[in-house]
Formats: sequence, C-alpha cells, structure tokens
Amino acid sequence: MTISELQLALPEIFVLTMACVILLADLFIAEERRGLTHTLAVGTLIFAAILTGRLMMAPGEVVHAFADTFVRDRFGDVLKVFSYIILAGVYVYAKYYLRQFKLFKGEFYTLTLFALIGVMVMISASSMLTLYLGLELLALSTYALIALNRDSLPGSEAAMKYFILGSLASGMLLYGMSLIFGATGSLQLGEISASLGSGIGDDMLLTFGLVFVVIGIAFKLGAVPFHMWVPDVYHGAPLAITLFIASVPKLAGLALAIRLLDNGLIGLHDDWQAMLAVLAALSLIIGNVVAIAQTNIKRMLAYSTIAHMGFMLLGILAGTPEGYAAAMFYTIVYAIMSAGAFAVIIMLSHNGVEADQLDHFKGLARRNPWHAFLMMMILFSLAGIPVFVGFFAKWQVIAAALSAGFTGLAVLAVITAVIGAFYYLRVVKLMYFDEPDVPERVPAPVDFRAVLTVNGVAVLGLGIFSGGLISLCVSAFV
Amino acid sequence: MPIIEIVFYLFSLVLIASALCVVTVGNAVHAVLFLVLAFFSAACLWMLLHAEFLAIVLVLVYVGAVMVLFLFVVMMLDVNVSPGSEGFTRYLPAGVLVALAMAIQLFLVIWTRGMEAVPMPEAPDKDYSNTRELGKLLYTDYLYAFEIAAVLLLVAIIAAIALTHRRRPDAKHQDPGRQVKVRREDRVRLVKMKSEGEGG
Repeated sequence: MTISELQLALPEIFVLTMACVILLADLFIAEERRGLTHTLAVGTLIFAAILTGRLMMAPGEVVHAFADTFVRDRFGDVLKVFSYIILAGVYVYAKYYLRQFKLFKGEFYTLTLFALIGVMVMISASSMLTLYLGLELLALSTYALIALNRDSLPGSEAAMKYFILGSLASGMLLYGMSLIFGATGSLQLGEISASLGSGIGDDMLLTFGLVFVVIGIAFKLGAVPFHMWVPDVYHGAPLAITLFIASVPKLAGLALAIRLLDNGLIGLHDDWQAMLAVLAALSLIIGNVVAIAQTNIKRMLAYSTIAHMGFMLLGILAGTPEGYAAAMFYTIVYAIMSAGAFAVIIMLSHNGVEADQLDHFKGLARRNPWHAFLMMMILFSLAGIPVFVGFFAKWQVIAAALSAGFTGLAVLAVITAVIGAFYYLRVVKLMYFDEPDVPERVPAPVDFRAVLTVNGVAVLGLGIFSGGLISLCVSAFV
Repeated sequence: MPIIEIVFYLFSLVLIASALCVVTVGNAVHAVLFLVLAFFSAACLWMLLHAEFLAIVLVLVYVGAVMVLFLFVVMMLDVNVSPGSEGFTRYLPAGVLVALAMAIQLFLVIWTRGMEAVPMPEAPDKDYSNTRELGKLLYTDYLYAFEIAAVLLLVAIIAAIALTHRRRPDAKHQDPGRQVKVRREDRVRLVKMKSEGEGG
C-alpha cells in the first residue's frame, strides 16, 4: 500500500473521519444548537464533493488499489458526486421534518453519513468482499434509521420487517457469491470476469451462483417478486427516512448491479439478461397497476419506485455501455425526482401528522401556487411526460432495451408508463381542481423552499438540457 | 500408533462425549458447561491441524464471551431443571431423519472424493506463525475490507445505543459529583440527649 492508494480513497476517508467527528461533537452540542450538527454534515458533503471532483479532474483511467479490492473510475466518481448532492438536499428537507416531529438528533446525521460510506464503498468496489461489506454497512445503518422514532409502532414494525427480509437477501447474495468464488476461485471481479472469459469454471455452479446473486440484487432494488418490503418500509418509516431510502441507496443498488453483473459476470450475460427481463416485466406491471389502488401517497410512491426500478433494469439488461449509461441516467434522475416528491409531502406535514394521504394534496394550488407547480413538474417528470427529464430517462432505457432486441418488453414499458401516468396525474388533479380543506398557506423555512425550488426547476432544466447529464453518464462507460 | 493420533482420538472422544452430554443432562447450567468443554476439545483438534489462531479465537470468543453470555441468560431465566426425556418419542422420527441425511451427505463426500483428497497439512517451519501470517494478510491485502468491517461494528454500536438508550427521569442513578461534594452536615445529625443514668 502506498500514499497514492490512500489518495484514491481520500473521499471515503474524509467522510469516515467527519462521521466520527460529528458523532463526538454532537455529544457536546446543546439541544437548541443542534443546527450546528446539520451544518457540519452538509459541509462534509460539500468538501467530499470537492475531493471527488479533484479525482475526476485527474486523467480518467481506471485505477485499482488496496490489493484490487478498490477501483476508481469515472462511473464511481460521477455516482459519488450525485450521492453527495442528493444527500445534502435530503439533509435540508429532513431538518424541517425532524424538528417538527421531535426527532432532531445527532444519530440521524451520523447514521446517514455511515450509510453514505457504505454507498461509496459499494460504488467503488472491485471485489465481492468489499461489495458485500459496503452493502451491509448501508443496510445496517438503514435498519437503525427506520426505527429511529422508537415510540412509533409502524416504524418499529417496518424496521423489523426490513431487517429480517434484508438479512435473508444478504444471505442469498452471500451464498451466490460463495458459489461463484467456488467456481472461479477468486473474489476479485476482474479475475472472475477473466476466468469466465477463458471458459474456466463449473457451469452448474456458476448458474446457481448467478441465480442467488440476481435474487440479492433484485431484493436490494425492490424488483418484483422481491418487492414486498418496499411499501411497508416506505409507509412505516418516518418521512425523512423514507426520503433518504428512496434516493441515495438507489444509486448504490445500480452500482451493485453493474459491478457484479458487468464487471464480474459479463461472461454469463445471456443467462442474467433473461432473468432481468422477467424481473423488469413483473416490476413494470405490478408497480404501476398496484400504485393506482393506493390512497396513501407514501405507499403510492413505493409502488412507483418498484415500477421505476423495472425501467432501470431495462437499461442494465442490454449489457452494453449505452444501456448502462441509460440505467445510470435513469437512476440519478429518479433519485432527484423522488427526493423532490417526498420533500413536498414533508412540507405539508404539520403538528405531528404526516401528510401521507392523497387528500392532503387537495387544493394545494390555492394554498401554495408555486409549490404546487413544482410538485406538478416533478409528477409530470415521474410519469414521463415530454420536456421533463423523466421522459428522456424513459426514452433512453427503452431505446437500450430495443437495441438489445427486447421489442415486447419495450412495448410493455410504454403501456405501463401510460397506466402509471394515471396515478401521478390524479395528484395533479387533486392539487389543481379540488377545493382545499383548509385555506391557509403552508409555511416552510427559507432554505427548505430554496432547495425545493432548485429541485423542481432541475427536473425541468435537466429535461431541456438533458444532453449534459446524458453525455456525463455515457462518458462513465467508455 | 503415533502420538498425534492418540491425542486426536482422545480429544475427539471428549468432544463427542461432551456434545452428547449437552443434550442429555437435565441441568441447563451443566449443559452449558459441557458445551464449553466441547468447544475446548474442538479448539484442541484445530490446534492439531496447525490452525493455532482459529483455535485460540474459538476459545477466546466462544468460551470466553459467548458461553459466558449463555450462562448469564440461563441463570437469569432460572431454567434449572428440565425434564430431559419429554417429547423424546415425538421428535425421534424427525431427529433420526436429520441425522440420517447428514450421515449420507458425509458418506457421499468421503466416498466420491476419498480421504486422500484432504490430507493432513504438512508441518510448517519452526518459526512459522499462523497468527503472524494472518495478521500480515489482514493488514496488507485485506486492509480496506478490514477497516470497513471495523466501521460496520461501530455502526452496530451506535445503532444499538440509539435504539435502546433512553434517559428516564424516574430511574435511581448515582451522581458521583454530588457524592463527592457531600458534607458531613448532609449525612450526620448530632442530637443532644441526656444519658440514661442521669437524673434517674
């Protein structure tokens, strides 16, 4: 190990150090000055973005470090920078919620920062060992975050369900990894890929291993039929935590899929392509159809997540750089949109009551015209209506699926997107054409409104100028 | 018969006997103590295979920490004597089935691979240290993974404390600061009394 290897992992080391500093500093910060912890955490993310940005400026070769357990490439750098940006937004949204619901504790910041480290480790893992450890770090922090409100019964229930199902899925993933290790004799993704290329390895062992690995990935993404945890966890967790789960970990899920399936198991592309096609088709249908029946908006967005993960899988299953770039674009865009949608729900939540019913959106356009307009843009984007960025994301993944020869799947994706538009537009209808129950304007702090405005406008801006982000994603796979 | 085989059979016998005792003795505390003996014998067997580090860790972690915890739990739950033979005939078929399945699996592996496939490890050099080699690997090739595992444990601690620790105002707890600051007047009251004999 040399200093230059440590420099590659500088963002990880910095975030870890700051997480420990915040953990300790928070003990000495008085209750009413907890805002300092928040500032420290946001500062950490900004500085980490600078550190990763510096690595990005350097010549973009793929560099392996720490005995080939760590890899630094453009894909990782871009994903990490978006993780910081989205998490910083989540912090601003969450602060308002946590204050109101008496959950404003330092643990929220330390646990989310540790979860971020897990995400970063997964993003730049080049060995199954580090991939698994990063996944566990993310999962363990998330379990605790969901149960953070100890007096909430649904919260504890959601945490318990997620913990049990998550452990089961981790076990599956680990079992698959051990079978692949048994067949190829290596944990390093590069070496696995090389030995698959040269035809070494027991076919049956590999296929068995692959099945378990795909199950693990599908669970972490929440793809049907491994989606049962998603609605319950989204529903039961405090809104601020749901906001977190619905955004940053999706980037880690994408990294998990691409690192394992592309970097490691591209030799088995024919096998996993068929599996992902089934997962994608089921997710698209069940996610979009069941979401229509939901009256709780948290559950509705949970089913919408399932559908969106189905779209994302369309990009991955192509198995080409263009497909991966489309999936990456889709995931980043999805994380931004879902953060915005949950932020509006947080804004409406007052007096210890979460505004998680569809009826809470009635007549929002009369109460807060600008915020209703932002929410409308975000919902249009989620539905995939042109001009907004969600449309281009859907277009890219469907194009990738078409180029891989999955015409039927592409048609299905378009049909389910149309079905899905119904439940997004229903919220728009409630906001614009229904009478509000209470006429007062919904208040929110300045920083919250500013970030929400940036978030909403980004959904439009990234749509009109989608070329920049798309070329950034494409450049990650050349 | 070489000495190593005698030692192997000795510890194996102790291992099997103590494992049997774990499930047959009625007293739960005795069962836990027999389990300690079983772990210890297994550790000795590993030692014979030149896996000193694993052997020592088994004793330290399982015997030193896990089994002590078991003992605590057993003592706290107060499950002293359990009728050992209860439901014996009811669970017998299932038990026999599981045992049979495991025996067949073992037999199949040995039969297809043969005992020669897993020979005794060669005796290493005099100054070879299993622990040192493992440590070297852990702090060079696996440094990154090792550090992440450490962070994972830290998160487990934070999560456990965040989820269970709460300040209860009604709990009786000591405040060392106040204990140190205490003065004689707070504790002792001098009362003037007439002695018994006086005036009588």
